[in-house]
Amino acid sequence: MPHLDAAFNLARWLLRNRTDAEDVTQDAVVRAFRAFGTYRSGNARAWLLQIVRNTCFTWLRQNRMAAEFMEFDETTMPQESENPETLALAGSDREQLTRALEELPESFREMLVLRELEGCSYKEIAEITLRPIGTVMSGLARARRQLRTALSNPAPKEARRAV
Amino acid sequence: MPCEHTQNQLHGYLDGELDPASAASFEKHLESCPDCKQTLAAEEALHQSIQKANLYERAPESLRKSLLGSSQQLPAVRAFPAPRALAWQWLAAAAVFLLAAVFGWQQLQKPRGASEAQLMAVSLVDAHLRSLQPGHLTDVESTDQHTVKPWFDGRIDFAPPVHDFVGDGFPLLGGRLDVAGGRTVAALVYGRRKHIINVFVEKSASENYWKGAGESQGYHWLAWQQNGFSVCAVSDVAPADLAELQKLFAAQ
Repeated sequence: MPHLDAAFNLARWLLRNRTDAEDVTQDAVVRAFRAFGTYRSGNARAWLLQIVRNTCFTWLRQNRMAAEFMEFDETTMPQESENPETLALAGSDREQLTRALEELPESFREMLVLRELEGCSYKEIAEITLRPIGTVMSGLARARRQLRTALSNPAPKEARRAV
Repeated sequence: MPCEHTQNQLHGYLDGELDPASAASFEKHLESCPDCKQTLAAEEALHQSIQKANLYERAPESLRKSLLGSSQQLPAVRAFPAPRALAWQWLAAAAVFLLAAVFGWQQLQKPRGASEAQLMAVSLVDAHLRSLQPGHLTDVESTDQHTVKPWFDGRIDFAPPVHDFVGDGFPLLGGRLDVAGGRTVAALVYGRRKHIINVFVEKSASENYWKGAGESQGYHWLAWQQNGFSVCAVSDVAPADLAELQKLFAAQ
């Protein structure tokens, strides 16, 4: 099915968890089907990602309270990996980047994931996140600055949830 | 005080989102602004490490399967009551078919030329990504065009144009054979600051009349025709850098 990887990847980074991302992606695809009447010919990936994003935020609102009581750290849980070789190669960089990216505010994180991982144009990001293009550009600038700061002063692992 | 271009244009430039005129004027500004130069270098390094870390997470097979509605593959621990689960499952299956149908239809609607260029670009971007894996970059590693060019003799049935542009900021790093669209092509490897540019060269033919420019997975590509060759440069550098390299090639 087209764009399923894109949908899952966005959900995984917004929810910071693969298992939840799987459920929410499934839900979003069903919503996409129901909302099919609103699809106007155009960018299908952006349209689907917009639905995935909305579904993620709804899910986060509903689960945030519960999540705050969950103490375990999912980055230490064994994660299903698509390719052990890339993990071995990137090693600590990957882990450090993952943590820094996960700690960014959602609005920054989604822009970076769409731009850097999904390769979306500013126009597509604007369409998916319902923001003006100018805001996308300035938002990306701030998101990258914050990510660079986080990478140059990595927070101790214990402090992670307190942020 | 940070330069105002740092806020306004730098990221558009980095992401290849500026129109050619603004990109050129920003490059001009870059020469005289150490502030922007430094920020750009830092941003490029960040972009590189994000790309290298391979953070993209593909949909797991279980999700694909459960969306296809196979009853055996449905996870046992869904929080849905049984009767609804069945309806849901059918709905999901119907959704997948409908979405596949509409996306497929959308693909068909694209002009044929455009989709071929896209296919070519995707295949070359893949080749570029492969080349960045350790030990894959060059078959012949040399900055000397007189070493690289003869290396292709007997390995492919044409002599690709090989030039070192070190004086213009594009040092030749080497060459290798690669495969694109099922055919063997010559790949010339150039450096640009800390980036790698792959320049793919093939004899022009109707099935590989490479032309145009675009972006795929965050990489830019620029293709052109020159002296009976189809040439395509792929890299994560800004489109303006690729355009500069094209000019250098054309001037030879």
